[in-house]
Amino acid sequence: MAKSIIDLKALTIELAHAALVRGDFTAAELAQAYLDEIAEKNKDINAYLEVFDDVLEQATKAQSLVKPENMLAGIPIAIKDNILIKGRRVGSASKILEGYVAPYDATAIKKLRDAGVVFLGRVNMDEFAMGGSTENSAYGVTRNPHDVSRVAGGSSGGSAAAVSMNGALAALGSDTGGSVRQPASYCGVVGFKPTYGSISRHGLMAMGSSLDVIGTITKTVRDSRILFDAMKGKDSFDSTSIDIPAVNSQKKPIIGVPRSFLTGDGIDPAVIKSFDESLKRLAGLGYEIKDIELPNIKYSLAVYYVIMPAEVSTNLSRFDGVKFGAKVEGKDLLEDYLLTRASGFGREARRRIMLGTYVLSSGYYDAYYNKANSVRELIKNDFVKAFELVDVIVTPTAPSPAFRVGEKVSDPVAMYLEDIFTVPANLVGIPALSVPAGSVEIDGKNLPIGVQFSAKQGAEDLLLGVTEVFLGEIK
Amino acid sequence: MKSITTSKSGLDLIMKKYRTTVGLEIHAELKTRSKMFCACVNDAHETRPNHNICPVCMGHPGTLPVINKAAVRHVLRVGAAVGGALEFNFTEFDRKNYFYPDIPKGYQLSQYKYPLVVGGSVCGVPLTRIHLEEDTAASGHDEGNYSLVDFNRAGVPLMELVTEPLITTPEQASAFGKELQLLLRYLGVSDANMEKGEMRVEANISVAEDLGTDERGYPKVFGTKVEVKNLNSFKAVERAIAYEVERHTGLIERGEKIIQETRGWDEVGQKTFSQRKKENSHDYRYFPDPDLPKLVLKEVPGFAIDDIMSSLPELPQAKRNRLKTEYGIKDADIEVLVSEPVLAQFFEHVALVLEDKKDMIALAANYILSDFMSHIKKSDLPLDEAIARLAFSAKDFAGLIRMVATNVVSSRGAKDILVIMVSLGGNPETIATEKGLKQVSDTGSMEKIAKEVIESHPNVVAEYKAGKEASLQFLVGQGMKVSKGSANPGVLRDTIKKIIG
Repeated sequence: MAKSIIDLKALTIELAHAALVRGDFTAAELAQAYLDEIAEKNKDINAYLEVFDDVLEQATKAQSLVKPENMLAGIPIAIKDNILIKGRRVGSASKILEGYVAPYDATAIKKLRDAGVVFLGRVNMDEFAMGGSTENSAYGVTRNPHDVSRVAGGSSGGSAAAVSMNGALAALGSDTGGSVRQPASYCGVVGFKPTYGSISRHGLMAMGSSLDVIGTITKTVRDSRILFDAMKGKDSFDSTSIDIPAVNSQKKPIIGVPRSFLTGDGIDPAVIKSFDESLKRLAGLGYEIKDIELPNIKYSLAVYYVIMPAEVSTNLSRFDGVKFGAKVEGKDLLEDYLLTRASGFGREARRRIMLGTYVLSSGYYDAYYNKANSVRELIKNDFVKAFELVDVIVTPTAPSPAFRVGEKVSDPVAMYLEDIFTVPANLVGIPALSVPAGSVEIDGKNLPIGVQFSAKQGAEDLLLGVTEVFLGEIK
Repeated sequence: MKSITTSKSGLDLIMKKYRTTVGLEIHAELKTRSKMFCACVNDAHETRPNHNICPVCMGHPGTLPVINKAAVRHVLRVGAAVGGALEFNFTEFDRKNYFYPDIPKGYQLSQYKYPLVVGGSVCGVPLTRIHLEEDTAASGHDEGNYSLVDFNRAGVPLMELVTEPLITTPEQASAFGKELQLLLRYLGVSDANMEKGEMRVEANISVAEDLGTDERGYPKVFGTKVEVKNLNSFKAVERAIAYEVERHTGLIERGEKIIQETRGWDEVGQKTFSQRKKENSHDYRYFPDPDLPKLVLKEVPGFAIDDIMSSLPELPQAKRNRLKTEYGIKDADIEVLVSEPVLAQFFEHVALVLEDKKDMIALAANYILSDFMSHIKKSDLPLDEAIARLAFSAKDFAGLIRMVATNVVSSRGAKDILVIMVSLGGNPETIATEKGLKQVSDTGSMEKIAKEVIESHPNVVAEYKAGKEASLQFLVGQGMKVSKGSANPGVLRDTIKKIIG
């Protein structure tokens, strides 16, 4: 089969679904087209850690589910390496999970499987989702399809690059501080982080448990909506999961802009320019735009880098070589632990385990962890107040376009600053998504720039609606 | 008990100068269908290793805990039973972080700042708190150069109760433990067998010069605290505390330092031994588990205080009081009945048939706790099963008691009847008639026997008349012989006395 039959570049979940229903191509033909594309592109991009050996079998099985009402039947997607698919290797791009095979399906995976989704393979990420460039992967960096000298972003860099290089129709990622939105912004795709708890975390390897949520990388907002609708809902395996109520509002949403937050140093002029253009576009679409204040948002990164490592430090304790994953034998139990964990975890994982252990230590707990939680409440209140005045808040997604591979590796703080616009949504638990909003030409390459929209908890419908209009997907 | 007696006599001297302070930490495995945070079967005694396990209780990546509400309810009921304050605002679970192969997640889910129950008391000993946590796996180190871990027990719901340091003697500590065990069994929340590890006692012991107590009853000065673990029986609790008190006192007397540490109990050597020095102790880095939302109890159906209170059965102390006022039986008998609820139930069924005849009821208690119990023990069945399988009813047993009380059968005869009832069942009246065990006490027969005995033993009669009381007993014995045991000895005695004059 010649791969040119299917134009993967133009394809979306919606279009592929329509074509499958019409019989333009079969699910197996579609899957094969992606396998061919991956075979060609992945060696340069390194988005996939593994392409599954049963993709065509999955596709053949899914063919029987292809029906007008089954939007996802036969749709090939990529899965971040921290989401469990029963019987498949999964490892959060860490050596410490070398050889680990998932003993169960994540709830999101189960739902997608039942809907007929074809899982192409597992994609690269920063180790245990810690990082903004996939440079912390134990299996090499994922490169940006728009410029292979640059990073794809992270931690869901593999997910964003896979979709951006037409190596999948969509991908699942996870977002703890911007890990879906930032790589989406760098790779010119849509990255959606839904309300905390709206998609079960059962089967998503924990990083920061109070912040983590599964998110989607797609080419359109409508595709994000399709995937979200298939995965959302309260789950008996996750006590923090919730149902998102259907909200029907006829009122034209009001857009808020936290101006004072957007004047700081370190924001690339191209990002500011793109952002201003986005605001103009919104105004042109008839949205009322209001300036808002989020007085405590400036503390978001400080709060995040206390709470997240605290949770990381204990979430990663289970990787001790006793029950699963890699193990290095020492002369006694203590040495087993020390050798296993020192060789299994990469630098960033070890850094955050140490930071988190420190902030939770007796004598420091109140000064760091408790204080951070108090400030987190203040930030939440800021957003509650803001959402009394506006329906959607717009900011840039990241302070810069994709940076070069290696550029920030030696400066973790510079790397942490990449999260400045995305972290608040995780602290507050609100839905946010990044959509492509233009590009900037650097060294002859067009680097995408994203804009971030967020709304109050559970207001997915409104949020996705506004961005669908913004991208011209609907009128 | 010998070692205790010895140490006690030593203590008597010491007590004048020193004060012992003991606080207990007691863990009890709760009886629930499933484990604390997953759907695995809760059976810590499963013999097939790693049989009741799943990704959640093995700590696999991506798994999350889900609270077992039945376990929470168990602890709330215990809290209500001991008069503690139930955290009806909210409660939460914390991560207690440390590394050991028997904790699969690298942290144990426990409760730190907001336990389910605060305060309350048992046996007059005030409680600090009662909280809920998950049990660890069981490690085995006895097979070669490696250890084996069995995760069947990992995640079993575990209640931890902590007392205030206000226990002052080994005996008080074991009495506390026994009463708590009884309470847990009454509530049906735990089997609480110490030898099976279902209930585990740790004692925090310190000895210091006695400078009196403050207004709340706490010692003004505490000594250096030593924690003793692995106490697998109430005897071990008593002996370990006594041993430590003696050891501490000796160290103080010799001017040596008591080291703050954790010690184990060596059952064979009947002594404690050092396990872990305090300087190696953990910083557990407790913090609220972000995977579990705060539990607001009043929002959970069935957790309202009224629901919890109305679910409580009659508790041991209430039962003691009631058995005493209702039946007026001996304290020792009450204690046995309270500790064996099925036996108490049988007794109360018998008492019901005997209506309000206190003498008969007291007699019934005697028979149940002596003869009846010895038969039950011979059956080698657990008490509840043995009673459930009895070949006769409480009404039959009451009939037997009534025959003894009204002298229809002798106590000897009653024992024989009971043997038949136990092995074959049947109505005691019928058995007594068939086996000729009914006592003769009508005046005619009694006088006939009395006269015969008096005539045959003139010397003994003379002795009695001269004031030798024992001679009367001999005559009664002879009369019983003549009647082949069927005479009522009391009536016979009276009759002989009357005739001799």
